[in-house]
Amino acid sequence: MGVQKLPLAKAINESLRKALDTDPKVLIMGEDVGKLGGVFRVTDGLQKDFGEDRVIDTPLAESGIVGTAIGLALRGYRPVVEIQFDGFVFPAYDQIVTQLAKMHARALGKIKMPVVIRIPYGGGIGAVEHHSESPEALFAHVAGLKVVSPSNSSDAYWMMQQAIQSDDPVIFFEPKRRYWDKSEVDTDAIPAPLHKARVAREGTDLTLAAYGPMVKVCLEAAAAAAEEGKSLEVVDLRSMSPMDFDAVQASVEKTRRLVVVHEAPVFLGTGAEIAARITERCFYHLEAPVLRVGGFHAPYPPARLEEEYLPGLDRVLDTVDRSLAY
Amino acid sequence: MTVESTAARTPRRSSTSGGKRASAKKAAPKKSTEPQLVQLLTPEGKRVKHAENAVYDSYVADITADDLRALYRDMVLTRRFDAEATSLQRQGELGLWASLLGQEAAQIGSGRATREDDYVFPTYREHGVAWCRGVDPTNLLGMFRGVNHGGWDPNTNNFHLYTIVIGSQTLHATGYAMGVAKDGADSAVIAYFGDGASSQGDVAEAFTFSAVYNAPVVFFCQNNQWAISEPTEKQTRVPLYQRAQGYGFPGVRVDGNDVLAVLAVTKWALERARTGEGPALIEAFTYRMGAHTTSDDPTKYRNDDEREAWEAKDPILRLRTYLESEGHADEGFFAELDAESEALGKRVREVVRAMPDPDLMAIFENAYADGHALVDEERAQFEAYQASFAEEGGK
Repeated sequence: MGVQKLPLAKAINESLRKALDTDPKVLIMGEDVGKLGGVFRVTDGLQKDFGEDRVIDTPLAESGIVGTAIGLALRGYRPVVEIQFDGFVFPAYDQIVTQLAKMHARALGKIKMPVVIRIPYGGGIGAVEHHSESPEALFAHVAGLKVVSPSNSSDAYWMMQQAIQSDDPVIFFEPKRRYWDKSEVDTDAIPAPLHKARVAREGTDLTLAAYGPMVKVCLEAAAAAAEEGKSLEVVDLRSMSPMDFDAVQASVEKTRRLVVVHEAPVFLGTGAEIAARITERCFYHLEAPVLRVGGFHAPYPPARLEEEYLPGLDRVLDTVDRSLAY
Repeated sequence: MTVESTAARTPRRSSTSGGKRASAKKAAPKKSTEPQLVQLLTPEGKRVKHAENAVYDSYVADITADDLRALYRDMVLTRRFDAEATSLQRQGELGLWASLLGQEAAQIGSGRATREDDYVFPTYREHGVAWCRGVDPTNLLGMFRGVNHGGWDPNTNNFHLYTIVIGSQTLHATGYAMGVAKDGADSAVIAYFGDGASSQGDVAEAFTFSAVYNAPVVFFCQNNQWAISEPTEKQTRVPLYQRAQGYGFPGVRVDGNDVLAVLAVTKWALERARTGEGPALIEAFTYRMGAHTTSDDPTKYRNDDEREAWEAKDPILRLRTYLESEGHADEGFFAELDAESEALGKRVREVVRAMPDPDLMAIFENAYADGHALVDEERAQFEAYQASFAEEGGK
């Protein structure tokens, strides 16, 4: 394929296509993933080309989807399952947490669980309840799971390849409001390791750490700040578990200030973990406490209010100013 | 004779569905207060052949005296192992034990129906099935002693690890069976669960998935009448085997204390699965003679009469009676088995007591297959912390 400009959703589609093509053990499973191609069309055309045995429309039962994927993995398959929306994952949460995450440890390493769970997540598309949430911290907290989220098409393509090849269960959070954003994908590239963070923009005055849908917001914030003479570095974390604290530390040792941005509620979120670890690692480098921007400790609001709920440019820049004021 | 007709002819009667409907049935074949069961060996140890059981009878038609003695031996040794484990728990050697006392026939009959290349998904009480699969019984004790979460490689004997969250494994079994079908293999999968687990959504979803994909999986419900302290009445208003009908596959209730009937019915269901006829549900109607686990006290929630009534249906006694009445086993056989039982008990005792505690660093082992930076970091920290004691000349 070489280098192409692709929407993020299409990049995942191409990645899944490649995986299905390369490894006969790879299966796609989920609600509406077949003929419809998924509600976001991420699996568009795959059933047509690989058949109903490889791209499997499932009953509407999330626990069943994940539970049977576990069984298929025990049989030697590599299922990639789609949970239709973030808020629908909870019926499957038991299977993910009590079974999928622990199977390898419980079997003293004798069996592996190469299951990928794709979850379109986050807000910003004007959806109804349960269609806009960011539950990544709930999964990152669970040992045995790996949790990642791409922010651009290239990462979406390559991280999906790596997630499918991983022998560990990977929760793959797809930033649904970025599905239609186009960026370059080089299918001949040598990708960065799955759990390595990436400096998305260099800067010297403050580090913005984000992942998934918020990377774009942070890049825009950095561009806006640059006009005011402030140099912000943007670190795209890419992986929540494991988290590349070394990369954040390196950035903070340079900029001496850190603001973490995510859509999920701030309370006990991934930002809290980053703040704690970076404070521990960089105590003498920091010029300001680590600050966080994110959602509130409230149910995700109705769509008409989500622009206020979601961290936008203003809230990010306001927090940047607070940090710089120390 | 189709399976559906078998199920349909089995009177739908349970203590909860009420006498009205059952007594209204003109053709109720038995005056017994018990639900109609597929039964080949009565509690009195008599071999019976009902016309409507003919299809199952054919699965044990060629059973030999050797086979019968082997089934008896399995049940006796499993009971002995179970008794030893219960004692070991009382002596503080095990943290907990889930006894199978009373369910030997359900487990040995079904376990012996499986073929080597079949795959078994147990809950946490399937010690007899594990025995049939060739898992060393002492391997089952690690998790109850607290040294691991499952001490065997599931793929060695095609016997998956015990699953404690009830019903979860029925979905794993279904997925595995879907994989078997994809591979074009002719093996089958069997999933064990209890009457309590039948209330779980996962079991309903497993029924749905298995039916939709025609997966070669047999659901084996051991209805031992009690889910800890809750009777079956608190789980269902219809006999459990009838649930299958709503999902589009056959359900059969078998006398779970009759090893022959269980063997036959399970062979039938596995063969159906292997030949592409899809899932089946077997409800083995049995009784848990002991506590749910060593943590509870059945005297608080059930009465002695009930237990005594079930004692009369003991699965081991009835086979012994049959063996003796048919002249299939002599005193020598029983004496030899007694000795073997004692030897097993002794070995279990010794192995459990000698089980080493896991290495401290085991906490970090196998959390991930491909490694994880945080685990590496915490392991190094903990290692350094442990080493600090050695430096102080401590431990």
